[in-house]
Amino acid sequence: MRYAMAIDTKKCVGCGDCVVACQTENNVPHGYCRDWIVESVDGTYPSLSLEFRSERCNHCDNSPCVRCCPTGASHIEEGGIVTVTHHKCIGCGACIQSCPYDARYSHPEGYVDKCTFCLHRVQKGQSPACVDVCPTRCLHFGDLDDPNSDVSLAIKDRKWKTLAPEAGTDPQLYFLT
Amino acid sequence: MKEELFVSGRNIPNIDPYLNIWHWQIPLYLFLGGLAAGILFFAGYFVVRGKEKEMQTTVKWAPILAPIALILGLFALFLDLKHKLYFWQLYTTIRLESPMGWGAWTLMIITPLSFVWVASYMKELVPGWHWKFDFLEKFEAWVIKNRVGLAWIMMIYAIILGVYTGILLSAFNARPLWNTSILGPLFLVSGFSTGLATIIWMSKDANERKVLSRIDLVFIFIELFLIIHLFMGFLAGSQTAIEAANLFLGGEFTVSFWVFVVLIGLILPAVFETIEIWGIHVPKWLPPAMILFGGFMFRFIMVEAGQITRYLY
Repeated sequence: MRYAMAIDTKKCVGCGDCVVACQTENNVPHGYCRDWIVESVDGTYPSLSLEFRSERCNHCDNSPCVRCCPTGASHIEEGGIVTVTHHKCIGCGACIQSCPYDARYSHPEGYVDKCTFCLHRVQKGQSPACVDVCPTRCLHFGDLDDPNSDVSLAIKDRKWKTLAPEAGTDPQLYFLT
Repeated sequence: MKEELFVSGRNIPNIDPYLNIWHWQIPLYLFLGGLAAGILFFAGYFVVRGKEKEMQTTVKWAPILAPIALILGLFALFLDLKHKLYFWQLYTTIRLESPMGWGAWTLMIITPLSFVWVASYMKELVPGWHWKFDFLEKFEAWVIKNRVGLAWIMMIYAIILGVYTGILLSAFNARPLWNTSILGPLFLVSGFSTGLATIIWMSKDANERKVLSRIDLVFIFIELFLIIHLFMGFLAGSQTAIEAANLFLGGEFTVSFWVFVVLIGLILPAVFETIEIWGIHVPKWLPPAMILFGGFMFRFIMVEAGQITRYLY
């Protein structure tokens, strides 16, 4: 099993619903967020192109944050989901330094926090909160090993890219372009 | 041209607009760790060489600073932790892949070693000193008998500690300025140089200072050589590496790095140490103070600048 997410940059309008849904679902403290939207403008006026990306932890297959954690608090859960056990985290910040996507932050309570692909929902057979709430249905979640899952179907006939693949992290967010 | 905007209003403390999760505690610890590694290495080295008599300060007096520096460094590390009460879990886990795990265990070994080393010279340092308990007397006698063995172990662990202060940073692929294997040897050499500077500062024996200054000169030249290689490597590297180098070649750290670290911390002390060997009088404290200042600035700048560098996507 390999959980992954596909983000359709052609459908995303950058409304930020995924960000708010995540903050509500996961009690993210005020001023922090586990997912965010990047609005990327390319080119010189008047020939501009615009891309919206709903970004979060890439749940990398070769995750540097898990490797550098001195206590094993950062670990890989079922389906390749990268999570942090709060009571094992000492807050040293090594994993924050190791993430090329700056997807982790130091929670005001001390431990390091990040996107969990809503593991608590996924275990109940639900989708992550951001996926459920997206009004344009641009987020697709599921098991890459299952050819009929939402995410497998989404990336099957589309061109996609991953972010900073040269970092060698084998990221598992697929951006449909 | 490419312009990127975070429209979700992402402004996470210490992450945006650029990473700043490690503050003064980490560079201070790297400095103190390197300093202690330098002092302990040369204390061990001159015992192994049988030069205890000629190098009194190096072998007996300067090592008193090592445990103090290590404890202060550990305390700085503790202050850096954001989930402080859980720190003990560093020592209930062995994670071979984690540089920080390696560092925690290395400190757990070399700190007691440095205490044992100092304790074994207590009777020479403090006339009339005697241990309160008999088993301590026996332990001391055993240590003194096996001092050369202890010196070897201490030298090896000093090298591990010195290299580790660099590897802690170089293991982070996500920060291009740090992600170069030359950082390990560079921090080792720089740490040894600051250690030597401290001993030179403490020593009252002109001959001892001369021997140490000569060794220090070699270390300064190796350090300059490694710094040149560091930048050659960056400039021959990928765009992320080039941008990392540009922070020091015209970017915001240009003056602080080349003036404080290279000029004041390396070149000027090398000049002063050279003319001192020629017999021209230079205030005794000046070259060591400059080396220590440069060593501290080097770590401070590397930690600060490294966090700014990142992948571009």
